[in-house]
Parts: sequence; structure tokens; C-alpha cells
Amino acid sequence: MSEFVMDKDLLKFVTAGSIDDGKSTLIGKLLYETNGVYLDQYTAIEKLASRKGMEKPELALIVDGLKAEREQGITIDVAYRYFSTSRRKFIIADSPGHIQYTRNMVTGASNVDLAVILVDARKGVLEQTRRHTFLVTLLSIPHILVVINKMDLVDYSEEVFEKIREDYLGFTSKLQIHDLQFMPISALNGDMIVERGSNMDWYQGRTFLNFLENINVASDRNLIDFRFPVQTIIRPNLDYRGYAGKIESGVIHAGDDILVLPAGIKSRIKSIDTFGGSLEYAFAPQSVVLTLYDEIDISRGDILVRTHNLPEIKNEFEAEICWMVDTPMVPDKKYLLKHTSNTTMALIKEIRYRININTLHRENTKTLGLNEIGRVLVQTQKPIVFDTYDRNRALGCFIMIDEYTNDTVAAGIIWHTSGSLPDAGQT
Amino acid sequence: MHIDTSYKFREMIDFRDNIARELELRLIVYSFEEHIGSMHPSKYGMEKCCRFLKTQALLNAISGYGFDAAMGGARREEEKSRAKERVFSFRDEFGSWNPKNQRPELWSLYNTKVNKNESVRVFPLSNWTELDIWQYISREKIRVVPLYFAKIRKIIRRGSLILLADEFNSPQQGEKTEDLLVRFRTLGCSPCSGAIESNAATVEDIINEIFAIRYSERENRAIDHDSDSSMEQKKIEGYF
Repeated sequence: MSEFVMDKDLLKFVTAGSIDDGKSTLIGKLLYETNGVYLDQYTAIEKLASRKGMEKPELALIVDGLKAEREQGITIDVAYRYFSTSRRKFIIADSPGHIQYTRNMVTGASNVDLAVILVDARKGVLEQTRRHTFLVTLLSIPHILVVINKMDLVDYSEEVFEKIREDYLGFTSKLQIHDLQFMPISALNGDMIVERGSNMDWYQGRTFLNFLENINVASDRNLIDFRFPVQTIIRPNLDYRGYAGKIESGVIHAGDDILVLPAGIKSRIKSIDTFGGSLEYAFAPQSVVLTLYDEIDISRGDILVRTHNLPEIKNEFEAEICWMVDTPMVPDKKYLLKHTSNTTMALIKEIRYRININTLHRENTKTLGLNEIGRVLVQTQKPIVFDTYDRNRALGCFIMIDEYTNDTVAAGIIWHTSGSLPDAGQT
Repeated sequence: MHIDTSYKFREMIDFRDNIARELELRLIVYSFEEHIGSMHPSKYGMEKCCRFLKTQALLNAISGYGFDAAMGGARREEEKSRAKERVFSFRDEFGSWNPKNQRPELWSLYNTKVNKNESVRVFPLSNWTELDIWQYISREKIRVVPLYFAKIRKIIRRGSLILLADEFNSPQQGEKTEDLLVRFRTLGCSPCSGAIESNAATVEDIINEIFAIRYSERENRAIDHDSDSSMEQKKIEGYF
């Protein structure tokens, strides 16, 4: 039972690539090598291969789930894949790369620690590579791994690898990237995936799997800013009144002074309760019930923080939003805005500019259409309690919902009003 | 609420009733009475049987009782079209899943809005794997239906399936009943759920078996294999 570790470290990563760059082959290979492919799923693609008259099954087909995707050989929606090694559990958010599915890529990238961006060694840095890179930096993913695939088709040339690396560094010099790495592979032949192979002795770095197993993401967690959005009130009897929720960031101890926001009422933590008993302290991302020394009016959507570490409280803020539906945004129309456990009415007061996600240039616009990203000024009916997204993801993100269709129309990221966004080509 | 197709394993039903009694839960059991008794996989095919007794029954019950949401234990790793499933999966007034137009789910922000007659299916365990499930069962000492544990049981071999010889399955021509050490990885309806040969008699045994096993658990559910995209098709029709 040596491998029986329930809470084995988990790495979530998103993969993004361009058409035919071998992304599905890479993931298929990874799953196959780590026993992440079940025999019956493998048999199913074997059958398909023989029906199509192919010699061996395409590992890529393990990955594409929907009928339309398998028929057209493209990825439309984010697919989640699971595998584990003795060191870690992994969740892959396999995202489509086509511009038409930008919203799906943003979705896939919203919850991950690492972005793997694929580049075809024959083609180098493409418009799509730039777009994907921009999107993952927009979502503040702390680690980016640029995987240069199909090295077998360029004779495993170190010069080709170096050239692509330089090109990439050139266009990302103005983007804020915390950790950026490059790796040459051949997904088809398996070079540098699990085994190093003997074709690229000039490359000294880790193999792909080894990289995934060892990348340190624990330090990315925010354990400084205590933020506790209340989800529900637990009142089994008159003697107990607890506030249930998930600690989104930071640490809290019994006895700590806290503030209830946005009202600004002060109190002190009496106990931190869980199903398994009370705790002396708790930290993100634990879900707990907090009780306080004072009886105060607290409801869902309120946020508990520590008195000496405060978020912002505003009903007007700047954000970058990605529009997610066919119907274009209507300025001044009221949408529902969901932020932590809080929902309020909101409107887009002003569009500062649209970002051309291929060139990264800023453009003037009166509206945003499907898959478009823009910097906007949002006004909410009730003030919301937030941190900027780069400081604290959970307190800096929101979605907007159309009240009539109930569609999720936009995803947004809150920025400093005075700050400027990463922009490679200001015009 | 349980959608009872009338072909569920006896041990499953007993387990359900015992838990409901012990925890003093209000249990709703719904069956599509009109088709109970007449509908059977051997007569109408698995696809049709499932469509009426499970999918349609579920849709009837959701609208009949006016539920806004139905929570289930489906997981993304189980099957390839489920890999695209949302945690809050929106269903239109026909209970239908539209895989090409799903609400995006970002961060931990879920859009739970539905109009009258629409509903959501909620899959809180979406990102769990079979291994996670059993490790959690082990850690929290959760009771499960005994059919999950290996035991010598009376079985019938039918095609590649090992079926339990019970009130729903009896030997047909050329078949015979035999004793075999088996367990179930997944429990559906008795005529369509196959057992696997296994000697995993405890939760720990099962965890070790999963480390070694290379078959996905739905493999023994005959229903998923009708065609290459059968689960996707069923979900479009409203299946859980």
C-alpha cells in the first residue's frame, strides 16, 4: 500500500496548441505511458483505426471525446483527463486552440497551475502561439512550458530549437511571466516524453513527465491574505450559529480579530469547526465553519477578513473581460455579476479598449462580441469586496450572467484601476 | 430520489432501503409504471429499455416533482463524452444535453440559474477518479453495497459479460449457471451490468486492484457499447 496516499499532490495544467501540432498525440502518449488509458478505451480506438484502414491506432483519438470532434479531428470543448504517477496526480484541461473557441480556452485555463503551449518545430511561433500565450498570461498562470514538438521532422536540430526559443522570448519580453521554460520533444517517437531517447543529447533539461512531476506549485498558493466568503449560515439550534465557507486564501486562528465586509463590523473567531471536530487554525483551501464571539448580522456573500489585511471595497472597478456568447455585449445593460458567493447587478459603464488577441494591440470599440477580450469599467449595484486578480485569483475573478437567457455571458478579471495591462504592441 | 427500473440488483435495493431507514430520510422511488413489466432489454434492445425505464423515467420524475437540480456521482474519467461534462450541467425543457453549447465554467464560479421547466444535473465528483472514490471510502469508512466485494456468486456467462444469476437473469439455451469468484465495479441494472473476476474482498483489496487494473469501469456496462458514441447520444436524450 505504499502508493496509497489519498491527498497525493495534485497538478492541474492546461494544454494549448495549434492545428496539427501534435497536442492530442502528446496527451495520448502521456496517458498511454502512465497507464491512464484503459484497455477498453484503447480497444475502441483500435477498432476505429481498422475501420479507417490505418495501421496503428492514433493515440490522439483517446483524447477527442465528442462525435463531431472525432469526425473533424479537432478539439472544440475543453476535455479533462486524469492520470497519476507514484509522485503526483494530474488533471489535464485539454483546450482547443482555434480562435473560434477562445472562450473554451479561457475556461480551461482558469483553474490551472501550469500552461503547456505546443509549437510545431517546422512552423515555429505562429499567431496562435502568441494568442495562447497572451491568454495564459491574462489569466496569470504562474508557470508556462513551451513544448517544441515534431523535433523528429527537423532532424532534432538544436539550432531550430534555439531559434524558436529566441523568437518566443522576443514577443513575450513585455508580458509578465513568472516562470518560463522550453523543451524539445517528439510526441510521435516518444523522445523526451517519458524517456530521454538518444536523439537530443544536446538538451540537458528534464523530460516532459519528469518536469510535470517536479514542478513546484505549492508556493503559488496565497497563504497571506485571509479571505473567507460566507456560503451559508448553519443554525441547528439557538445555541449555535456558524458561518460555512471555503477559505479562499490565507490562514485563520481561533481568537483572531476579524472584520465582516462590506459592513465593516468587528468581531473575533470563537471556533473553527469541521465535521471531524474543531481546529486551532485553518488555511486555504479548507472548507470550515467559523463561529464568532459576537452576534452580528452576516449573510451569504459577506466576506470575513483579518483586521490588519484588507481587500478593496468598491462598486466601480476596472476589469478585463472575455465575452462568451454570440449576442454582443450591450453597454449600460444590467447583467448579474457573480463574484465569490455574492451575486449583484452590474453594468459595463465604459469599454476602454478591445485587445486584438493576435497582435495584442489595443483597439477602440463600442461593444464586445463572442471571444473578444476588452478592458472595461464595471459598475455594481452593491459594493463588492475584492483583491486584484494577480494578488488573489479567487477574490479577483467574476462571471456575468444574462438575466433573461441565464447564459454565462462573460468572465472577468479585476485589475488595479491605475495599473496597465501587459501589452506587447501599444498603438 | 431513486429511479427504479425494476431490474436493479436486490442487494442494491436492500442497501438503499436500509440507509434511508437508518438516517430517517424521505426516499422517493419513481418507476415509469407504464413500461414496467413489458419493457426488457432482451425484447426491445438495451438502448430502448434504457431510454424508457431510466432516461424517460428520470425526466418524468424531475418535472413531476419539480426538481431544479439532480445530483449524481458521474465522473469525467468514466467515459469520453463525460470528459466534456460540466459540474453544473444545464438541461433544457426536454432534459437534453447540448454538448456543443455548454455554459463555460471558470474558477469556482458556477452559474446555477434555470428557467421554469429547465433543470441542472450536478456532478460534484466530476474530477474524482475511481481510485479517489475508493481511497475516500477507505478513509471515511463509508458503507457500500456488498456487490462491490468479491464473493463466490452464481453467474451466467453471456457473450463477454458475466451476469449474476438472479431473479432477472436465468440461463438461456446453451448457457448454464456456475459458481465464480466475482465482484462488480459498477452497479446498474442486473441484465446489463457485468461482473469482473476478482478476489478483492475488502476496500483495501479493491484499491490495490485498481492500481493494477487496465479496464475502465463502465466497460462492464453493456449499454455504453451499442455504438462508438452511445453515451454521448444517451446524454443528449437526457440520460444521467
